[in-house]
Amino acid sequence: MFYYLLSITICALIISFIFDKNKTIKALKIAYKKFMNILPAFLVMLILVSIVLFLVPDKMIINYLGTKNKFFSVILASIFGSITLMPGFIAYPLCGILLKKGVSYMVLAAFTTTLMMVGVLSYPVEKEYFGAKVTIIRNLISFIISIIVAIAIGFFFGELI
Amino acid sequence: MNKQNNFIKSTFIVLYFIFIVASFVMNFQPGKQIGLNFTTFAIEMLKILPCAFILIGLFEVWVKKEKVEKHLGEGSGMMSYFWVILLAGTTVGGLYVAFPVAYTLFKKGAKLSVIFTYLGASGICRIPMTIFEASFMGIKFSIIRLLVSIPLVIFSSILLGNYLEKRNYKIRTKGEL
Repeated sequence: MFYYLLSITICALIISFIFDKNKTIKALKIAYKKFMNILPAFLVMLILVSIVLFLVPDKMIINYLGTKNKFFSVILASIFGSITLMPGFIAYPLCGILLKKGVSYMVLAAFTTTLMMVGVLSYPVEKEYFGAKVTIIRNLISFIISIIVAIAIGFFFGELI
Repeated sequence: MNKQNNFIKSTFIVLYFIFIVASFVMNFQPGKQIGLNFTTFAIEMLKILPCAFILIGLFEVWVKKEKVEKHLGEGSGMMSYFWVILLAGTTVGGLYVAFPVAYTLFKKGAKLSVIFTYLGASGICRIPMTIFEASFMGIKFSIIRLLVSIPLVIFSSILLGNYLEKRNYKIRTKGEL
C-alpha cells in the first residue's frame, strides 16, 4: 500500500516538475505548510490512540464481542469500533478470527463500519478542519448509519430472528 | 482562549513524552506498552501523510477552482456524488487522510454535501480495504455493506449539507490550514 502511494506521488511530482518547475516548488511549499499546521493535532490524536489501545487491547475486544445477547453485542461492538482506531490490515484478520469463534456477521459489521466511519480519537484532527459542532454531528450520523448497516447485514445473513 | 488551549495542548504533549521516557528508564511496563503503541501508529501515519500532503499541494497548484466548482460545487448534479465516491475509493489510510483532502476540496469550491459524502465514502468505499474485507468476511458481506451504506451516506450528507448551508456555516474561521 505504501509503495503504491509512494510511486504515484513520485510520478506526479516528476510530471509536474517537467511541466512547470516553479509551480511544483510552490506545491511542495504548500504541502509542507499544511502538514506543519495540522501536525500538533495529529500528535494529540496519536497520543490518545496509544493510550486507548493500551486500555482496550485486541484480546478484550475478542472477549466481549462473543457475548450471547446479540443486540447488546452490536451496541458494544459499535462502541469499540468508534473509540478505537486500527488499519484495515489489522481489523479484518481480527474479524476473521472472531467469525471462526462464532461471532455473528451483524456484530462484526457494527464493529468494522464504526471503525471506518466514526472517529472519536481523530476528533482533535477533524475539529481543526471542520469545527467541533460539525465534527460531532458527522460522527453521530455515521454511528447511526453503522447501526443500520449492521441490522441490514443481520437481516440478510438470517441472524436477526 | 485559543492561546490557553494551545498551552494546555503543549503541556499535555510534553507531559506525555516525559511519562514515556520515564517509563522506559524505570521499566514501567504499561508506560512502555503505550510508548510502543505510539511508535507503531506514528510510523504507519508517517508512511502515508507526507505523500498525501504532497498530492494535496499538487492539487492546489494545478487544479483550477472553476473545474472543481463545475463538477463538485453548487449546481453540479448527482454525478458529483459519483465522482467524489470514486475519489474516496482510491484514498489510502483512513479518515485522518480524508480530512485534509476534504478541506482542500471545500476550499476549491466543492459543496458541503459532496464533502460529507467524500468523508463517509472514504471510510466505507476504499477499494483496497474492501477487497481485503471481502477476502476475510466473504463477498456477500461487502456487497450488502456497500449497497446499504452508500445511499445512506449520500442521503445524510445532502441533509446535513442543506442544514448547514441554511445556517450559513463557515468552515474553519480561525485562519487557513
